[in-house]
Amino acid sequence: MIIGCPKEISKDEKRVALTPLSAKELIKLGFKCQIQTKAGLESNYSDQDYKDAGVKVISSKDIWSKSDIIVKVRAPSNPELKLLKPKTTLISFIWPGQNKKLLEDLKKKNVSVISMDMIPRISRAQKMDALSSMANIAGYRAIIEASNNFGRFFTGQITAAGKVAPAKVLVIGAGVAGLAAIGTAQSLGAIVRAFDVRPEVAEQIESMGADFLLLDFDEDGSGEGGYAKPASKEFIKKEMQLFREQAPEIDIVITTALIPGKPAPLLWPKEMVKLMKPGSVVVDLAAEQGGNCDLTKPNKLYKTSNNVTIIGYTDLPSRMATQSSNLYSTNIRHMLSDLAPEKNGKININMDDDVIRGSTVVLNGKITFPPPPPKVQAIAKHESKNTSKTPEEIEKEELLKQKKAGFQQLVLLIVGSLLMLLIGFYAPPSFMQHFIVFVLSCFVGFQVIWNVSHSLHTPLMAVTNAISGIIIVGALLQIGSSNYIVNILAIISVMIATINIVGGFLVTKRMLSMFKKS
Amino acid sequence: MTQELLTALYIAASVLFILSLGGLSDQEKAKKAVWYGIIGMTIAIFGTILGPDMKLDKLLIPALVVGSIIGLVVALKVQMTGMPQLVAALHSFVGLAAVFIGINSSIEPPQNLSNVEIIIHEIEIFLGVFIGAITFTGSVIAYGKLSELITGKALVLPGRHVLNILMTLACLVLGYMFLHQYGLWTLIAMTIIAFIIGAHLVLAIGGADMPVVVSMLNSYSGWAAAATGFLLGNDLLIVTGALVGSSGAILSYIMCKAMNRNFISVILGGWGDNVSSSQEIEGEMIPADIETVSGTLNDAQNIVIVPGYGMAVAQAQSAVSELTSRLRNKKKNVRFAIHPVAGRLPGHMNVLLAEAKVPYDIVLEMDEINEDFPSTDAVLILGANDIVNPSAQDDPNSPIAGMPVLEVWKSSQVFIFKRGQGRGYSGIENPLFFKENSRMVYGDAKKSLDEILQKIN
Repeated sequence: MIIGCPKEISKDEKRVALTPLSAKELIKLGFKCQIQTKAGLESNYSDQDYKDAGVKVISSKDIWSKSDIIVKVRAPSNPELKLLKPKTTLISFIWPGQNKKLLEDLKKKNVSVISMDMIPRISRAQKMDALSSMANIAGYRAIIEASNNFGRFFTGQITAAGKVAPAKVLVIGAGVAGLAAIGTAQSLGAIVRAFDVRPEVAEQIESMGADFLLLDFDEDGSGEGGYAKPASKEFIKKEMQLFREQAPEIDIVITTALIPGKPAPLLWPKEMVKLMKPGSVVVDLAAEQGGNCDLTKPNKLYKTSNNVTIIGYTDLPSRMATQSSNLYSTNIRHMLSDLAPEKNGKININMDDDVIRGSTVVLNGKITFPPPPPKVQAIAKHESKNTSKTPEEIEKEELLKQKKAGFQQLVLLIVGSLLMLLIGFYAPPSFMQHFIVFVLSCFVGFQVIWNVSHSLHTPLMAVTNAISGIIIVGALLQIGSSNYIVNILAIISVMIATINIVGGFLVTKRMLSMFKKS
Repeated sequence: MTQELLTALYIAASVLFILSLGGLSDQEKAKKAVWYGIIGMTIAIFGTILGPDMKLDKLLIPALVVGSIIGLVVALKVQMTGMPQLVAALHSFVGLAAVFIGINSSIEPPQNLSNVEIIIHEIEIFLGVFIGAITFTGSVIAYGKLSELITGKALVLPGRHVLNILMTLACLVLGYMFLHQYGLWTLIAMTIIAFIIGAHLVLAIGGADMPVVVSMLNSYSGWAAAATGFLLGNDLLIVTGALVGSSGAILSYIMCKAMNRNFISVILGGWGDNVSSSQEIEGEMIPADIETVSGTLNDAQNIVIVPGYGMAVAQAQSAVSELTSRLRNKKKNVRFAIHPVAGRLPGHMNVLLAEAKVPYDIVLEMDEINEDFPSTDAVLILGANDIVNPSAQDDPNSPIAGMPVLEVWKSSQVFIFKRGQGRGYSGIENPLFFKENSRMVYGDAKKSLDEILQKIN
C-alpha cells in the first residue's frame, strides 16, 4: 500500500509526519512512500533527502488521491477534507472528543481514521504514544522559552563581579511535559520544585532531582489511565495556600495540569501572578485547553502590569520541528508496523487489539469513538497505602522482637548447656578434652569467618578446601599398617588429600593475585 | 621427635590456619594469608611424618608426588569460570578420604581403650564415614551439574522425602548393629546407603541453588575432617575441621539469606522447575540494537554493570573489563553491582572480574549500591535474571518473594543481555524485561559487547 504525506497547510505547523529515516523503515515493511514537495522543508528535510531514502516526491495535491494511507500531523481542515478520497486510512492527530463535527465529516467520507492522540496509555503502546513524545518536547521548550524571557542565569554563580542567586523554578503537574521541564531546568542549574495532585509521582519528581512539594492532605488525585482527576474544594484551598507561600520566591512557573476531556484547572490565578517578583515568567502549557492561569492568552506572549511575562504558546513542539517530526514520525512508523504485523505492506485494522481499537475513531465510514475501556489496566492499581504506624507502635514492635530474640537465645543457651552437661556426665575424659577443642574451634571459626569480605568468598572456599586437606594427617598415621587393605586405603587418602592441599592453595594464590586496586 | 614437640607444632599450625582465614577480611591482607595457610600445612605434614607414631612406607613419597602433580596441573589449568566445578571436586576428595580413614580405623582400632571409649570411638567412626560419604557423592553430583555433565534441573522423585527418611533410618539401624558388633559389613552397607543419600540430595536441588549446595558441601567436608579428628584423637584435625565446617555453614547461611530462603527448604530441594507466575505481566520485551546501547553508554554518566552466571557462560568478562576501562577513560562513573548469589559459587563474580583486571574498588555489594540506582543513567545486565527480578518485592505470591534483589529498574535505562527470550534458571518470569525502561539485547553477551566496544572509543 502507498503511504502519502501531504504538506501541512496550517501556517503555524512546521512539523511533518514522515521523515526520510522513518520512510526507510516503512519501505522495509513493504510499504511504498510518497511525499508532497517541500513538506519536510521546515523540519530541515529537503526533497532530495526524501528521494535518497526511496520516497517518491509529488509536486501537486494529487498525493491525496494517489495514496492508500495518509499520514499527517494536524487534524484535517475543510479544504483537506475535500481532497480525502473514500477507503483511505488517515493517521493523524484528531482530538475526537473536542471535534465532534470533524468526526461526522470523516464518517461521511467513508474512510478509516486512526487518531494518534487516542493511543491508550499502556506499556506496549509507549512506542507510538505521540502525546508523550510531543509533551516531552513541549516541557523542554517551555523552559527554553522561559529562559529566553527571563533576565537572569538559571544557575547560581559566584563571580568576580558579584554573586548570582540560582533561579527557582516551580513545575505544576508532573506528567511527561512536567518531568521534561524539571529535567531541563535542573540541567540548567536551577532550583526546581514540583507539585502534583497524584502522590505516587513524588518518586518520579525526586528522581529527576526536583523537590516534591508535599500537600498535607488525604486525597489521591489519580484518575483513570494515569491522568489526574478534578480535585475537591478543600483540596484546592490547601493547594492555593501552598502556592501562595511559594509565589513570592519563585522566578519561573511552568504549569502543565490537564484533565482529560475537561477544561484545564485554574491553578495559578491572578493573585499568584501579583505576588510574583517583577521579571518572573509563567509558561502555561495548558493554554490550548483554557490555561492553568486566567491571564494566559493562547498563542501570545504577554506582560502583566507588575512585569511578569506570561507565555501561552500552543505550538511549542512545532517550534522544534526537526525534533518533533523525528519523534512523531517514529510514533507513526510504530503504529504502522503494528497495523501490518505480517510486514507485507498491507494494513489490517484489527479491532481486537487494544491499542488499535483505542486509537481507531472511524472504521470504514462508521464512528467507533469513544472506545470501550481497555482490557488491561494502564497502570497497576496501587495497593492501599500501608496503614502507617506511629513511631511508638514501631518502637513497641522492635522491643517485642528484641525480647523474642533474647528469649530464643536464652532457650538455646539452656538447651546447649544441658546437652553439654549430659555429654559431660557420660563421656570419658579423653573425649571431653577433644570436645572442648572442637567447640572452641567452631566458635573461633564463626568469629573469624564473619569478617571475611563478600568479594573473597570464592578464595575463602578454595583456602578452606586446601586446609581441609589436613585430613592427610589422619591418613599418614594409618600408613604402614600390616593390614594390606588399610595400607592401600591410607595411601590413596594421602594422595587425594595432597591434591586438595596443593590444588587448593595454588588456586587461591592465583585468584588473589588477580585482585587489583584501580 | 617427641609427642610433646609434635603437639606444639600442631598448635602452631592451628594458629596459622586461623590467621589464614582471618586474613581474608580484605584483599591486600589476603595475599599474605595464603602463606600462613601454606606454612601451617607444611608444619603439620612434616611434623606428622617425623613424629613418633609414623610408620614409613615406600609408597608414601610416590603418593605425595602424584597428588602434588595432579593438584598443580589442576590448579594451573582451571579457568576462572570453572572454579565452582573445581571447588566441588576438591570437596569430594576430602569426603572420600574421611570414608577411607574411618573404615581403616574400624579395621584397626586403637589399642587400650575402655569399654565406653570403644563405643564412643565407634560412634565417631560411624559419624565420620556417614558425613564423608554424603560429602563425597554430593560433591561428585554437584561437580557433574556445574560442569553440565548432568542436567542442572532438579530431579524430583515421587516420595523423595520418604525415601530420604527411610534411608536415614536404615543407616541408624545399621549403626545400632555396628555398635553391637555385627561386623564390618554393617559399616560398608551404611557407607553405600550414605553414598546414595548424598547423590539424591544434590540431584534434587535446582541450578539456582547451587551456591548454597557448594557452600554446604564445603561445610560438610569440614565436619567430616573434624569427625575424623575425633576418631583418631587428633586435635589438629578437630580444630581445622571445625574451622572449615563453620566457614561453610556461615557461607550457606549468607547465601540462604541472600535468597530469602530457609536452609532446610534449600537442602530438601526440588524447587524452581514447576513454578507458575501468579501475576500476569503486561507489555512486551523490546529489543534494542547495538547502536542504541552504545549511544546510551556514550551519553550516560553513571553506569552500573550487573553480572550474572550468563557472563561466566559467555566468557564475557574480558570484554566487560575492556568496556569498563574505555568508559572510565571517558570520565564516566562505572561500577559493578554484585548480588551475593550471582553465579554458582559464593563470590564467583568477584573472581571473574578480578581475573579480567577489573579493579576491586569499583565492584560493590548489593547493599552498597542498591540506593544509587535512582541516580544511575544506564544499567547493563549481563546474564543475570532472578537477582534483578522485581517480583521479589512486588508479588507476594512469587516463589522468590522477599528475596533481596538489585533494584535496577529504578535507573533511567536498563539493557538486558540475554541469550533468548526464555526464563532464567529458576524458571520464574521476570517482569523487569517488560518494563518501559528495559531493553533486551539478544544474543551471545561476549559478541554483543565486542560490537559495542567498536562503537566506543
